[in-house]
Amino acid sequence: MASKISLKDNVRERQIFFARALLLFFVALCLIAGLVFRLVQLQIWEHETYQTRSDDNRIQVQPLAPPRGLIFDRHGVLLAENRPISSLALVRERVPDLDALIQQLASLVSVTEEDIAGFEKRLERARRPFEPVALKLNLSEEEIARLAVHRHELPGVEITTELVRNYPFDGLFAHAVGSVRRVTEDDLQKLDEVQYSATRFVGKRGVERFYEQSLHGEVGYQRVEIDAHGRIRQVLDIHPPVAGQNISLQLDSRLQISATAALGQRRGAIVAIDPRSGGILAMVSNPTYNPNLFVTGIGDEEYRLLSSSRDTPMFNRAINGQYAPGSTFKPLVGLAALSMDAVSWEDHIEDKGWFQLPGQQRIYRDWSWRVGNSGGQGTVDLRRAIYRSSNVYFYDLATRMDIDDLSRFAQQFGLGQRTAVDIPDASSGLVPNRIWKQGAKGELWYPGDSLNMGIGQGDLLVTPLQLATMVTVIANRGHWVRPRMLLSSDRPLVEFDPPRAIPAVQGPTPEDWENMVDAMEDVVHRGNKGYRQNGTAWAHIGRGIAYRMAGKSGTAQVVEIRQGEEYDEEELDEYNRKHAWFIAFAPADEPLIAVSVLVENGGGGSSVAGPVAREVLDAFLLPQLANR
Amino acid sequence: MSTRDFVRSLPHGGSAAGLRLLQIHLDPLLLAVLFCVIGYGLVVLYSAVDRNMNLFSNQAMRMGLALVLMAAAAQIHPRVYLRWTPLAYAGGVAMLLLVLLMGVEVKGSRRWLDFPGLPRFQPSELMKLAVPMMVAWYFHDRPLPPSLKDLCVALVIIVIPAGCIVLQPDLGTGILVAGAGLAVVVLAGIQWRMIGYALLALAISAPWVWWYGLQDYQRLRILTLFDPQSDPLGAGWNIIQSTTAIGSGGLYGKGLFQGTQSHLDFLPESQTDFIIAVIGEELGLVGILALLALYLVLIGRGLYIATQAPHTFQRLLAGALTLTFFVYVFVNVGMVSGLLPVVGVPLPLVSYGGTSAITLLVSFGIIMAVRSHRGW
Repeated sequence: MASKISLKDNVRERQIFFARALLLFFVALCLIAGLVFRLVQLQIWEHETYQTRSDDNRIQVQPLAPPRGLIFDRHGVLLAENRPISSLALVRERVPDLDALIQQLASLVSVTEEDIAGFEKRLERARRPFEPVALKLNLSEEEIARLAVHRHELPGVEITTELVRNYPFDGLFAHAVGSVRRVTEDDLQKLDEVQYSATRFVGKRGVERFYEQSLHGEVGYQRVEIDAHGRIRQVLDIHPPVAGQNISLQLDSRLQISATAALGQRRGAIVAIDPRSGGILAMVSNPTYNPNLFVTGIGDEEYRLLSSSRDTPMFNRAINGQYAPGSTFKPLVGLAALSMDAVSWEDHIEDKGWFQLPGQQRIYRDWSWRVGNSGGQGTVDLRRAIYRSSNVYFYDLATRMDIDDLSRFAQQFGLGQRTAVDIPDASSGLVPNRIWKQGAKGELWYPGDSLNMGIGQGDLLVTPLQLATMVTVIANRGHWVRPRMLLSSDRPLVEFDPPRAIPAVQGPTPEDWENMVDAMEDVVHRGNKGYRQNGTAWAHIGRGIAYRMAGKSGTAQVVEIRQGEEYDEEELDEYNRKHAWFIAFAPADEPLIAVSVLVENGGGGSSVAGPVAREVLDAFLLPQLANR
Repeated sequence: MSTRDFVRSLPHGGSAAGLRLLQIHLDPLLLAVLFCVIGYGLVVLYSAVDRNMNLFSNQAMRMGLALVLMAAAAQIHPRVYLRWTPLAYAGGVAMLLLVLLMGVEVKGSRRWLDFPGLPRFQPSELMKLAVPMMVAWYFHDRPLPPSLKDLCVALVIIVIPAGCIVLQPDLGTGILVAGAGLAVVVLAGIQWRMIGYALLALAISAPWVWWYGLQDYQRLRILTLFDPQSDPLGAGWNIIQSTTAIGSGGLYGKGLFQGTQSHLDFLPESQTDFIIAVIGEELGLVGILALLALYLVLIGRGLYIATQAPHTFQRLLAGALTLTFFVYVFVNVGMVSGLLPVVGVPLPLVSYGGTSAITLLVSFGIIMAVRSHRGW
């Protein structure tokens, strides 16, 4: 102890301590100077960078989706509306254990494998931090309630609400109005990035697609202050979106319902046009699909069934189904021959049920031809050739015309082209001629090709919309109105750029038109005249009719019947049977409606398609006639 | 050990001042500046807790309690501290071992002891005082500068508790405790070449410490420091948000209660470890400099008191406690401004929470005792 004490040099220790304390104070000063340097760097030199970063943090410009324009029918019935749906969304940043949370959610609401797969896909896309990602769409009221009860145990779970398209009639107008689909990555490449920044759905078919720009409206935005959890604390300013335009269509929902009912379960299509305006009153394609499925998300399995069905419910037969017109083409051929002076109303031939080209063995048959009984319509002039639908007469007529002339004449009725104002998806069909055959098949035009075309068979292809257009032109005695879906809108629509008027059909005289209409009236009304004297459709639809209807049946072959064999419906597979056509307009003198009816693989035009056409015309005209 | 005998032999000993029982032992300058810091801190905290009166009054009461404890600590004569130092140290180490064995686990680390009937407490807080006191106690009657053997003993005194604390794991407190002990060693006059060797040894062992000594999250924090943008929503979030808060404050700040980073919850731990970012954002560079100036006055005054103390133990203790306070300030401001890795060190006397405020104010009470009790 004592030695230690003697070694303690208090004065020296004090000196050392003072030196050290001074030094350490200096070191502390230097270090604090370092901190100050750092603070000056942050707060003075780089202040603007951090100011911007702080504003970016808290201020978000959020796009606001405009409500999509509503679609009405001509009587103000809502065909497409907007409906709020609630979705379950997760904020990934606030979910510590995703798998556990999804398991927990699955015990409260049904979460399918597909929901999870879709969620993971959406999660991978670029997004802002704390942006909710949808897990399950279209929650029911009960599910919302159940989630609300358990909200406190579910961090990062949010229920978001958005407006989505709703089609109150489900499948009824799917092919007429079209539908919207969720915006995909591909869509975003084509669409205006800014305008669609908040939009989840885009018109993919029909009217929804054609009037997309007007229906969509203009995007708005709001500048909001958000907190670190992505919650909006306050809205700093707001530019409200401009709602899409409401539009009214020519469609008559009552007629659409009647037409759909008339077709029943049969595959086919109906297009009804107002001949005065060209307005499409009804457009049916059966079977159909429910477009609402595509809005709230359709399951893979469901989609596979829809898209792979042999009955092709997603296929719009009314505008994309291309078929041979069969005998419905005959009025046009007759008018063509008249305008080329190839025939007159007085000329007649002897129809023995078959026709042969000079120097050829091949037999061209009438529809009445049977093995061992050549059939035939006897003495036939043009009027009788229409109401009896004589093939032999039109074979003969076809040989009297140049095929390119006939082809050009047919195009005047809108065949082989798209004439509708606002149906861009429509198919254009095919009117063959020499150049086409050389190009498409590398063959010359044979006289037999002309015979087939004379009765509406062969390579000739039309859509139900085109036949409805053709019969509209006949109903108007050659004058044109272009078919259209749009009736009116609050303001002029950007898409509606009225295309040039189509000139009236050149060639037939007014008498020719009236005579042809008379002949078509005979198809329906000429009855009680005895064997092979009645109109082809009279027995099926001509009785008890309250107005004058002009019509023409047609039957389109699906498979070729070999020489010498009969068409036997029972023998053929259902999908190889003939398609049944009927075109009509009424009242004949002052037409209010023109219609084309197609029943796929239906068989006879008069017996199958005719009654459907009559039902459609009755549904439209009888209430109007009763009011008069 | 005849400490008292030895003390009595000191040249400055035997003053009658210490015997005046009614004298209140406080240092007016320290007291005034401490009131400034605490008042300033409470104003800032009121903003940081979003004007929540409950949290605010909690903190105000804690500060009041801590001030009372400080005043009490200032009344105790340094020789009493000297006498009780070994016991306090031994008890502290024992409790640290208990923590490791049966401590209460909170957020993945064992830091708390919870005896029935007693409030929960962290023994590591006590060691912030006990370790520098123990080293000062060990050096106070040995020749200085210390011999190599004394140095080694001092290191053992430091490493045992610091190691226990790092194992909890609580790196921030471990650094503070070790720093407090080492401050005594440096103040005691350790040779410069020793410091040189120590730094060299540290540099050589750094890779091993990196790979074996650190937890994954600690490595991540250090890596994040160099590149916060590598994981902006994870480990880098704190640093990005705190530097953004400070930087966006500019020279004069956005105004009290106007900080968007803190009030919109972008800034994490804005009431506790990261509160200086609230000051930086709302009161700007001016606001931080004002606080740093106050801190600097406290440090300068503490070191001045230490140099004026008559006895080695007093000098070493007051100096070490002052330097520990400085380490608090430097580590906290350094980490929030993105210069140092994130370790759990609060901003002294400002951050929400009672424990560190009590420790710090008691240490200032001891410094005042050193100042006020001139005699031995």
